[in-house]
Amino acid sequence: MKLTLKIWRQKNHNEKGAFVKYAMDDVDPEMSVLECLDVLNESLILRGEVPVAFEHDCREGICGSCGFVINGVAHGPERGTTACQLTMRHFKDGDELTLEPWRAKAFPLVKDLVVNRRALDHIIEAGGYVSVSTGQAPEGNTLPVGKEIADQSMDAAACIGCGACVAACPNASAALFTGAKITHLGVLPQGEPERERRALSMVAQMNAEAFGNCTSIGECTGVCPKEIPLEVIANMNRDYVCASFKRREDLPTPVAPVLQRT
Amino acid sequence: MKLVNPANKRKHSLIVVGSGLAGGAAAASLGELGYNVKCFCFQDSPRRAHSIAAQGGINAAKNYPNDGESVFRLFYDTVKGGDFRAREANVYRLAQISGKIIDQCVAQGVPFAREYGGSLANRSFGGAQVSRTFYARGQTGQQLLLGAYQALERQVHAGSVTMIPRTEMLDLIVVDGQARGIVTRSLITGEYNVHIADAVILASGGYSNVYYLSTNAKGSNVTASWRAYKRGALFANPCFTQIHPTCIPVSGDYQSKLTLMSESLRNDGRIWVPKKKGDPRPPNEIPEEERDYYLERRYPSFGNLVPRDVASRNAKAMCDEGYGVGKSGLGVYLDFSESIHRLGEKTVRERYGNLFDMYQRITDENPYKTPMRIYPAIHYTMGGLWVDYQLQSNIPGLFVLGEANFSDHGANRLGASALMQGLSDGYFIIPYTVGNYLASNKFPKVDESNSAVQQAVAAVKTKVDKLLSIKGNRTVDSFHRELGKIVWDYCGMARTAEGLEIAIQKIRALREDYWKNVTVPGSGNDLNESLEKAGRVADFFELAELMCIDALSRNESCGGHFREEYQTPDGEAQRDDERYSYVAAWGYNGPDAAPELIKEPLTFEYVHPSQRSYK
Repeated sequence: MKLTLKIWRQKNHNEKGAFVKYAMDDVDPEMSVLECLDVLNESLILRGEVPVAFEHDCREGICGSCGFVINGVAHGPERGTTACQLTMRHFKDGDELTLEPWRAKAFPLVKDLVVNRRALDHIIEAGGYVSVSTGQAPEGNTLPVGKEIADQSMDAAACIGCGACVAACPNASAALFTGAKITHLGVLPQGEPERERRALSMVAQMNAEAFGNCTSIGECTGVCPKEIPLEVIANMNRDYVCASFKRREDLPTPVAPVLQRT
Repeated sequence: MKLVNPANKRKHSLIVVGSGLAGGAAAASLGELGYNVKCFCFQDSPRRAHSIAAQGGINAAKNYPNDGESVFRLFYDTVKGGDFRAREANVYRLAQISGKIIDQCVAQGVPFAREYGGSLANRSFGGAQVSRTFYARGQTGQQLLLGAYQALERQVHAGSVTMIPRTEMLDLIVVDGQARGIVTRSLITGEYNVHIADAVILASGGYSNVYYLSTNAKGSNVTASWRAYKRGALFANPCFTQIHPTCIPVSGDYQSKLTLMSESLRNDGRIWVPKKKGDPRPPNEIPEEERDYYLERRYPSFGNLVPRDVASRNAKAMCDEGYGVGKSGLGVYLDFSESIHRLGEKTVRERYGNLFDMYQRITDENPYKTPMRIYPAIHYTMGGLWVDYQLQSNIPGLFVLGEANFSDHGANRLGASALMQGLSDGYFIIPYTVGNYLASNKFPKVDESNSAVQQAVAAVKTKVDKLLSIKGNRTVDSFHRELGKIVWDYCGMARTAEGLEIAIQKIRALREDYWKNVTVPGSGNDLNESLEKAGRVADFFELAELMCIDALSRNESCGGHFREEYQTPDGEAQRDDERYSYVAAWGYNGPDAAPELIKEPLTFEYVHPSQRSYK
């Protein structure tokens, strides 16, 4: 089938970008969108042009590297699917696909469709863990965890950190990402001792980075390739509010946000 | 084993290359101990390392199901599964540590599958008759990696680990015989940097991408290991590569990678082909008595759960004989209809839902209704840099962990053992052995003015500049694809002496062409993926040749290394313990000289090597 790709090209953070159109003559419906870009890039290289930079690695929908906005929707039209697993059979002959990078202040652009998502690492760094050093662990079955709790935790832990939630949110909020980690660890008995501290620190870091606030729009969960439920944000808010009341003396200091480092 | 005083630990600096299960766990654990750690990865975040894609599970000798599991049985199964080409002592230690790994991961908050009563759940995997595999849906690797990543980020917050992402190691710095640092290139700015430390820990994964099409991530590469090899580290058993039996078959020329369907599916799925060659009927119309469940027929005691090498070889044999299914004829059915009938769709969905969804997304077929089509694909490499029991290579101060080393899986890895080995190396072995090394050696001051450092930096720059300057007429990917095809055809699931000799000639000719005709667009001072790939493919060419040389020198079949000349009358791998019970460690002798073979003999005190039988 024939398609037109309209792709955002931008050399780096400081230069201006623009859309460039590329005609694709021979697209196989079995290809993924990324393979379609591979084919385009091969032809650009042979024509002596600079290929389109896009992030990708596992191409199995689990590493979270890939992702861009396709026709206005983060990761494209298929629900619960990353760009690497989105096949071209979802498009029709003659379609025009507009590809643009995640647009959010907290994600400075690197090149073309590639952005810097280190802000998400900073949120985890601030407290997205259980503080247990190697060697301290008790026998695995010491603390029983009910199946429902384990399932609820796993549903939230499935987050791949791709950043689609931020890109889809009109406020560019990272609440779904942060809430997912707070829920994953917070519902488990292993995460209980640090539950309040974790919520305070992670939310403080989220606020220090240039993410917007959550106003419960729900676009994030709509585009999430792992379909993380909106309730994780409610969990985050509950833990944060409880913690703010109980531990007013112990407010965390965030690390330098991405925008101050670049 | 010597120890480093707690107050002295912060005076030692360590480099960890790679942030997967082995590297991430090592960096976190060493940071916890108080060392000064720098951890490098080429991705934008340490959480992206390819360990994340492991699906099925992690083995441990816990014996929770009360089915006869023990440390000895896990050790025995692993040595036997590796076709008696692994070092007994290393495997025994791995089995001993396995239980502690589960404890550690549970404590970190890894959401393992649970029974209703709250205890940890287990399932079975290939090559074992006990249920010893722990899992988190079909995303076990992801959850374990996130556990290690979170432990790593905790140390980044504590200031003991500096995380340096989007950076590639391009050379190892060896000063007076000791590994003392690395040369890196920033993938964003193209800047070269020298990092000096008291020891270097490589955990940079395997080299399946030499085949171009593999289940590895697109970025996975051999460069860190290969550059260490060229600085004198021995490369062991390069021809031991694993073909995974259950992957989605290739659909077209544009295909960029292969997608794995977890081995755990073989718990409940039955593998079959039509009894009639080239049967055109859709699978659901082929009646039961016209189906050949060939694994159950040939291996009644293990059935569909035979080890990976056996399952892959049988699938290839069925397809070669003309029984294959699908458009290309390169596929067999993996059928869940009986399990769905027995357990109900809900239970099957709970166990494998995400895998079924993934299959449907890629193929547009519903595996709840029609059987999956699967075909073997390259998945894991047992070979890697040679290490001793301390996980130290022959270069003092260079340690190698996880898939990057050769140590524990012999000629074939059992399912759910890679995660176990990566975490065992990273959490529980390296913290002890690196301390012993640091306490036993002196570390004279080294800085950038040192001649070894300057020479390494200059060599790296020359190579990058050369790749940019060729400006030929073929892309890096087109060369890589062609190289991969040669290695797959001649050094893949079945090998012959004649074929391997042809392959070596073809690889050399193609490599020569590469250095004349490759084209790399853009410049070396910004994000340039073609340039990254060009350097990696250059190393794959050299590795591919060494793989073929190794395969050619091993005149026997064992595990994943199947030489057609050496097979039993019923087509199983025929080992030659008298002549080949050794680790083949290859030493670099310069660009034009043949590599030197050093043999480490394997002796078996506890497991008596026998013809591996799963019948």
